[in-house]
Amino acid sequence: MAKILAVDDSASMRQMVSFTLKGAGHQVDEASNGQEALTKAKGDRYDLIITDVNMPVMDGITFIRNLRAESAYKFTPMLMLTTESGADKKAEGKAAGATGWIVKPFNPDQLVATIKKVLG
Amino acid sequence: MSVDLSRFHGVFFEESYEAVNTIETGFLDIDVDNVDPEEINTIFRAAHSIKGGSATFGFTQVAEFTHVMENLLDQIREGKRGLNQDIVDVLLGSVDGLRAMLASAKSNEQLDQEEFAAFIGPLDALLDSNDGPKPTPTVSVTAAETDPSGVTPEVSEDEAAANGETPVGWRIVFTPHKEMMQRGNDPLRLIRELAELGPCEVESDASLIPEWEHFEPLNSYISWTIRLNKYAPRTSIEEIFSWVEDECDLAIVPVLPEVSAPEAAASNDAAAESVMRGQQNVATPVPAGRTEAENSSPAEASPSPAEKVTKAKPKASSAPAESQSIRVDLLKVDSLINMVGELVITQSMLNMLSEDEDLQGNERLQQGLLQLHRQTRALQEGVMQIRMLPISFCFNRFPRMVRDLSRQLSKDIELVMSGENTEVDKTVIEKITDPLVHLVRNSVDHGIETLDERRAAGKSENGTVYLRAYHQVGNIIIEVEDDGKGMDPDALTAKAKRKGLITEDAILTDAQALDLVFLPGFSTKEEASDLSGRGVGMDVVKRNVQALGGSIVLESELGQGTRFTIRLPLTLAIMDGQLVAIEDEVYVVPLVSIIESLQPYQDMVNKVVGLQETIKLRGQYLPVLRLAEALQAPGADYQKPLTEGIVVVVEHENRRFGLFVDDLLSQQQIVIKTLDDNYRPVPGVSGATILGDGRVALILDVGGLAQLQNQADMNYADAG
Repeated sequence: MAKILAVDDSASMRQMVSFTLKGAGHQVDEASNGQEALTKAKGDRYDLIITDVNMPVMDGITFIRNLRAESAYKFTPMLMLTTESGADKKAEGKAAGATGWIVKPFNPDQLVATIKKVLG
Repeated sequence: MSVDLSRFHGVFFEESYEAVNTIETGFLDIDVDNVDPEEINTIFRAAHSIKGGSATFGFTQVAEFTHVMENLLDQIREGKRGLNQDIVDVLLGSVDGLRAMLASAKSNEQLDQEEFAAFIGPLDALLDSNDGPKPTPTVSVTAAETDPSGVTPEVSEDEAAANGETPVGWRIVFTPHKEMMQRGNDPLRLIRELAELGPCEVESDASLIPEWEHFEPLNSYISWTIRLNKYAPRTSIEEIFSWVEDECDLAIVPVLPEVSAPEAAASNDAAAESVMRGQQNVATPVPAGRTEAENSSPAEASPSPAEKVTKAKPKASSAPAESQSIRVDLLKVDSLINMVGELVITQSMLNMLSEDEDLQGNERLQQGLLQLHRQTRALQEGVMQIRMLPISFCFNRFPRMVRDLSRQLSKDIELVMSGENTEVDKTVIEKITDPLVHLVRNSVDHGIETLDERRAAGKSENGTVYLRAYHQVGNIIIEVEDDGKGMDPDALTAKAKRKGLITEDAILTDAQALDLVFLPGFSTKEEASDLSGRGVGMDVVKRNVQALGGSIVLESELGQGTRFTIRLPLTLAIMDGQLVAIEDEVYVVPLVSIIESLQPYQDMVNKVVGLQETIKLRGQYLPVLRLAEALQAPGADYQKPLTEGIVVVVEHENRRFGLFVDDLLSQQQIVIKTLDDNYRPVPGVSGATILGDGRVALILDVGGLAQLQNQADMNYADAG
C-alpha cells in the first residue's frame, strides 16, 4: 500500500483516480489544483504523485517543479495525467522533474497497472 | 479489478455543465478588442476539462467536439488567431452544441450525424479558414480502451519484415543519465518490466562508479546490458523506456536466429559497435512519437509554453473558494421534508393535547413540549433550506439571451442583474424560468425601442433591462424592468375594445387598462415577431405565476419604461396559515394574503338589492364574498347576517375584498399537500393540510377566490 496524492481540477477525474487507487489498496488524498497540492505534499509524505497538467491557480508542471525542489521529494515518482499527446507538454513536464505521464483517456485497469509498475 | 465508470457520470455531467457555463459567461464578458489572456485561458481550461472527462468516460461525441473547440481556443490563446464578434458567435453557438451533446450523452444517446455536423461544421470552417494557421492534425480521440502508447503493433511487423527475419530476442544497452533517479525513475523498475516480456540475462557495468570522494549519492552511475531471450514487439520495449528516453542512452538491438551464437559471445568492442549501429537504428526508422519528440521539443515547443506559464501565473491568484457539497437525490430530500412535515403535525397534536387541564400543571412536560416546538421548527427550517437554490440558476441564461436578441434586433441593450444569490425553492426556480424568459424577451423585443426611436425620443441609445431578485417577508420578489417606451393605457383600452375583450363603453383606470395585457388573446404588437410570438404568453405567464401561489403586477409609464413585479412564496411545501371556521369545517387562509380581520357593526354593512354585499371600511367600500356560499359548504347558513361572523380582509394583486367566515381560529404553520396529486384541482382551493387533531383542512386560494368574487360581482352587475 502506498500513500498517493491525486491532483486534478476536475472532480470526476479526481474521484475516478482516487476511487480506483483506493480499490487497489492504496491510501489516496486529493487536491484540486497545484497550489493546494503543494501545500498538502509539503505537510505530509507521499509515495507517489499523480497530477493533471492544465489546472487553475497553479498548473501541474509548475507544481511538479516546485515539489521536486523539496528534498523529501527528490526521488518520489510524479506522474502527469495529460490529454496533450503532443510532445511539448511531456518534454516540459520531464524538464520540470516529472517521472512520466499517463495519457488520457485511460481506463482504471491501465491506471492501476501503471501505478503498480512505478511503485515496484 | 474493474471499476464501473458510470458511477462518476453524475459528477462529470455536473462539472461539465458548470464548465459550459464558464465558457458561455467567458465569451459574454469578453471584450473582443482587448482580450485578457487569462480570460481565454479560463475558457480554454473549461473546454479542455470537458474533453478529458468525456474521453475518459467514453462520451466520444462530446470529446470529438471539445477537441475541435480546444484547437480553436488554443490558436486564440496563442495569439495565432484574432477574435471578433463573428468568432464569438460561432463559439457561443458551440456552447449550445455542447449542451445538446451533454444532454443526450446523459441519457446514453448521441446526437444524430446531421445535428452533430450542424454544430461542429462552423467550428471546422473557422479552423480551416485562412486567417489562422492550419489546424494541428486531428488527434483521433479514442475510447478509454485504447492502448495508451497510441502506437499500433503493425509497426513492429513492418520492421521485422524490413530486417527480413523475426528476431528471437533483443539486446538492450541501457545507460541512465546521472540525474535519472532524481525524477523518480528507478532503473530496476525498468529492468523488472523488461523481465515481464520474457526471460532476461542482465549484465551490469559498474565501472563508472567514481571514487568515494567524488561519489554523489543522488546520481546513478551503473549501466546495464539486458538480453531478452524472447521475441517481443520493439514497441513494447520502447514503451517501457518511453518515460526516460531523454534521460538515458538506449540501444535496442534485435538478436537474429543465425547470428545469435557469435553475437552472444561477442567481445566488448563488438558490443560497442553494435550499440553504435543500434543508436543510428533508433534515430532513423522508428516513426511516430520518438522522432517527433526529438524534433519539436528543443526547437520551438519549449520556449512558448514556458512563456505561457509565466504569463498565466500572476493573474491566477483569485482562486474561487471551493464550496463543499454532496450530491443527493431530490427524492431523498423530499421524503425527508415529508417526514419532518409529519413530525410538525405530531408536534402540534401534542401541543393541543397539552392544553388539557390535567396536564397544564405539569411544568416539566410543558417545558419539554415548548422545547420540542422550537426544535421542530428549527429542524423544519433547516430541512427546507436543503431545497433552496440561488436564483442565479435561473438568471444565468439571461446575459446570453439578451445579447443574442439584441444583436438580432440591432438594438443596444444592457442587462443589469442584482440579487442573483437570493435563495428560493428549487421547484419555484424550475417553474418560474419560462415565465421570466418570456418577460425578458418581451422587454427586449417590445419594450426597448430601436436605436432610431430612442434617439428621436431624446433617450440614450443603449437601453437597459433590469432583472432583480430580493426577499420580502416570506416571499421572493422578482422584477423585470426596462427603460423602454412603456405602455399607453388608452391604446391598450382601445385595442381591447377593438378585439371585443371589453365592452365599448367601459371606462378603465390606468391600472385596469394595463391589466388588460394579461387577458387571453391580447397582444401589444399588431405584427407577431419571431421572438415574442403573438403575445399569447402574458396570460400564460400570469397563470404560471398564480399556479406557484404568486402574483404578478404590471406598472408602466409611457415613454419611461415598464416593470413587472412577481411575488412568489419561497417554498411550496409549507406556509403560515390562518385557520378559519365555517360551521364545523376548518379552512386555511394563507397569512400573507390577510390584511386584517374584523367583526362588522350593523352600520358598516351595505346591502343594496341586486348588488353584491359590501362593508364600508374607513371610508372605502369593500366587496364581501361569503365563503360558505362560494364553496357551497354543506349545512351552512348562506344568509347569516355579516354582523354575526367575521370578515377577513384579503388582498390579491392590489385588490382587496372580504371573506365572510363564522369564526377565526389559531394561526399556525402548515404543511401543504397538493390537491391535484391526491384528488383533483378545485377552484378557490390551492391544497390541503392535516391539522394537529388529524383532520384535513382545505387551503384557500385567494387568487381563485378573487375570481369567484369578480364573477359574483359581474353577475350582480348583469342582473342590475
